[in-house]
Amino acid sequence: MDGPVQSRVGERSPRAAEDPWARQGTYARIRDGLSAYRMIAAMWIRSTMAYRASFAMTTFGNFAATGLDFVAILLMYSQIDRLGGYSLPEVAFLYGVSATAFGLTDLALGSMDRLGRRVRDGTLDTLLVRPVPVLAQVAADRFALRRLGRITQGLLVFGYAVTALDITWTPLKVLLVPVMVVSGAAIFSAVFVAGAAFQFVAQDASEVQNSFTYGGSTLLQYPPTVFAKDLVRGVTFVLPLAFVNWLPALYVLGRPYPLDLPVWVAFAPPLVAAACCALAGAAWRAGLRSYRSTGS
Amino acid sequence: MGTGRLYTAVALGGFRRYATYRTATAAGVFTNTVFGLILAYIMSALWDEKPHLGGYDQAQALSYVWLSQALLMVVATMGGGFEDELLERIRTGDIAIDLYRPADLQLWWLAQDAGRALFHLLGRGVVPLVFGALCFELALPTDPVTWLAFLVAVALGVLVSFSLRYLVALSAFWLLDGAGTAQMSMIAGVFCSGMLLPLNVFPGVLGEVVRALPWSSLIQAPVDVLLGTADPLGTYAFQGAWAVGLLALGRLLQSAATRRVVVQGG
Repeated sequence: MDGPVQSRVGERSPRAAEDPWARQGTYARIRDGLSAYRMIAAMWIRSTMAYRASFAMTTFGNFAATGLDFVAILLMYSQIDRLGGYSLPEVAFLYGVSATAFGLTDLALGSMDRLGRRVRDGTLDTLLVRPVPVLAQVAADRFALRRLGRITQGLLVFGYAVTALDITWTPLKVLLVPVMVVSGAAIFSAVFVAGAAFQFVAQDASEVQNSFTYGGSTLLQYPPTVFAKDLVRGVTFVLPLAFVNWLPALYVLGRPYPLDLPVWVAFAPPLVAAACCALAGAAWRAGLRSYRSTGS
Repeated sequence: MGTGRLYTAVALGGFRRYATYRTATAAGVFTNTVFGLILAYIMSALWDEKPHLGGYDQAQALSYVWLSQALLMVVATMGGGFEDELLERIRTGDIAIDLYRPADLQLWWLAQDAGRALFHLLGRGVVPLVFGALCFELALPTDPVTWLAFLVAVALGVLVSFSLRYLVALSAFWLLDGAGTAQMSMIAGVFCSGMLLPLNVFPGVLGEVVRALPWSSLIQAPVDVLLGTADPLGTYAFQGAWAVGLLALGRLLQSAATRRVVVQGG
């Protein structure tokens, strides 16, 4: 009843368990990974739902904790009219997109930073012997539905921004909004996976990951005009976080892009996201190959 | 004296325990520096818009950012120190063993937390502050007496932070699961300590309230002593009053809780 992972192991032939992916293509592997992810996540949801009051409280807590960032922005705007030349609704637009995209990634991959601990205490070995992609197992581990609190908060701020702003909506702009949220979540996911891959080497350096994930999402909540040119260059060309919201959102807002970039970069997020995910995937495989068990 | 030696040993243990994780410390320094950088640009945009906001000039506002990053782990603004362990010990009942020990529970954990704070001050505080001072124009004093006064305020901030987190941990005696209290305490810590935004920028009554709450002892108070925007003796009195009150409350709850443990164990 409570062991979808184990029962799945049982369904397979012993040979498949020895070398699970020997005769599988990429498509089959992704399909396998997703179905494993779904089952592990469902298991964690069932287990959290055993304590509904606790679930309600922690979801609200998540909502409130992430909402404080926006309260800080509101407090700033109680003293000023513009920050870096941007009005409150414009900043709210940037914030809403960044927070929602980050929230989706946090929901899907929020446990990736536990990988270092798994490497240290040796529990990663348990995941390696199961005929299920390791990435799916690590990502779905402790899947927490309470992280919906963060997404809700981001969507509320986004809703406020859209009603407060006076945007002349074209079909292209309307289409760009969901594309930017989904691509943004994919870019953040790539950062999460690459960060986890780094932990195969660094083991207890999960905080480095925080500076790129939480730090990155904080950065994107403010307009690019606030930051030094070199920092903006870095998050455009080196770690392309600018494609999460800055570049597409500035197109929607009708604002000039940073660094005099051409207009079409606003539509590049899906391509950038695909490239990031491919690189992160390669980093993950390299990390996993380099893994040596603690052996203790 | 024997007991003095005991608590010194516990404090040293706390120091060494955190000193063991060198990669984690380096990673933490990196994170504090990255966040310091992001916040420094945000605050300088804010002060560009409105110079002398909250009584700080631009250099003081930037100093605030880097000092708050340096102090973040020292005063455990977001929680996460001894209280996680104590919560777990109360939940599992291991606390019964601790109560048999010939040492005072509150003092024991205070000594441990003092060791942790000292390590974080050296391990995670110095580097981000030096980085900030090299990259930005800060308003740090050169007078050693002011720095000494600052360190006293930091120590009192650690004491207030400890007494708050001790109350969080004790809540587990009644609630069994302390996760909710820990989360609420983290939210209050982040918002009311001045980590998100200096408390003197908070407008009107809200500002007056947050500045009067104990959390302002953690970051706002020591930083103001260093920047010379607050009178040290008045600050110490404020921090000391909260520390004494909260530690006494912790004592009271501890003795009430201890009686409860006996009932549960019997």
